[in-house]
Amino acid sequence: MSAAPPAPPRPPAKTRKAPVGTLYRGREGMWSWVAHRVTGVAIFFFLLVHVLDTSLVRLSPQDYNDVIGTYKNPIMGLGEAGLVAAIVFHAFNGIRIILVDFWAKGPKYQRVMLWVVIGLFFVTMAGFLPRHLMHVFGGE
Amino acid sequence: MTTIADPKAPRPPRARPSRLTTRGNTELYGWVFMRASGVILLVLIFGHLFVNLVAGEGVKAIDFGFVAGKWASPLWQVWDLLMLWLAMIHGTNGVRTIINDYASRDGLRLALKGLLYFAFLVVVVLGTLVIFTFDPCPTDAPLDLLPSFCTA
Repeated sequence: MSAAPPAPPRPPAKTRKAPVGTLYRGREGMWSWVAHRVTGVAIFFFLLVHVLDTSLVRLSPQDYNDVIGTYKNPIMGLGEAGLVAAIVFHAFNGIRIILVDFWAKGPKYQRVMLWVVIGLFFVTMAGFLPRHLMHVFGGE
Repeated sequence: MTTIADPKAPRPPRARPSRLTTRGNTELYGWVFMRASGVILLVLIFGHLFVNLVAGEGVKAIDFGFVAGKWASPLWQVWDLLMLWLAMIHGTNGVRTIINDYASRDGLRLALKGLLYFAFLVVVVLGTLVIFTFDPCPTDAPLDLLPSFCTA
C-alpha cells in the first residue's frame, strides 16, 4: 500500500456517507465477505433439508416420489435457481479467497478478482438459467 | 484529531476468558480444511448440479427411478458420500464460525453449537446409512416406479 494522500477536510457529519468509528467502509472486500456468509448459511440449511428428503428413498419409492412431486412447481423451480445462484457465487468467491490467502499477489488484486467472480457468475448463470427455466416452465 | 483508532495501535486490554478456549493447532487445521474441501466441493457439486439439473430432462426427471439408477453405480455412491461428508463438515465449521462471531453470551453460544453438532450428527449418520443400505429394487413396490434394471 502506498502512503495515504493528505486527507481532505472532512465534510460535516450529516453529509458524510461512511459510518463513523469503523474500519469497514462498505467496499468490495466487506460486501463479498457478507455475501459469502449469507450464501453459505443459506446453502447449509438447504443441505440439511436435501439430505432428509433424499433419505425418503429408503422408506419407499412412493413416499420419495410424492415428496419430490410437491417440489415440481414454479415456485420451487425459482427457489432452485436462487440456490444454484448462491452456490455459484460461494464457489467462485471461495476460489478468490484461496487466491487472496495463497497467491503472493492475491491481496493486491482482491478487488479485481471480485469483479472476475461476478463476471464468471453471470456467464455461468446465463448457461444454466435458460435450460433450467425451460425444464420448470416448459410443457411436457 | 482522528475519528477512528490507528489500525496499528495495540489492542486495549480485555478481560481474558477464565479458561483457554482453543489449544493446539485445531483452528489452523480447520482453516486449511475449509480451503481444501472447498476446491473438492466445487468439482463435486458442479458435477452433481450438471447431471441432476442440466443434462437430460432436468429437475422434472428426478424420481425414485432416477436416484436408484444413479446409485446402482459405485461411482455415484462414492461421489455422493464424499459430497455429504465434505459439505456437512465444511458447512458445520462455517456456521460454527458465525455462531462464535455473533453469539457472545456463553449460554446462548453453547446451546446454538450443541444444536448445530446434533444436526450434523443426525444428517451425516442418516445420509451415510441411506447410501449404503439402499435397495434399488424393493420387492413390494410397483414395477413402473423402479429403475429399468429391476425385474419382478
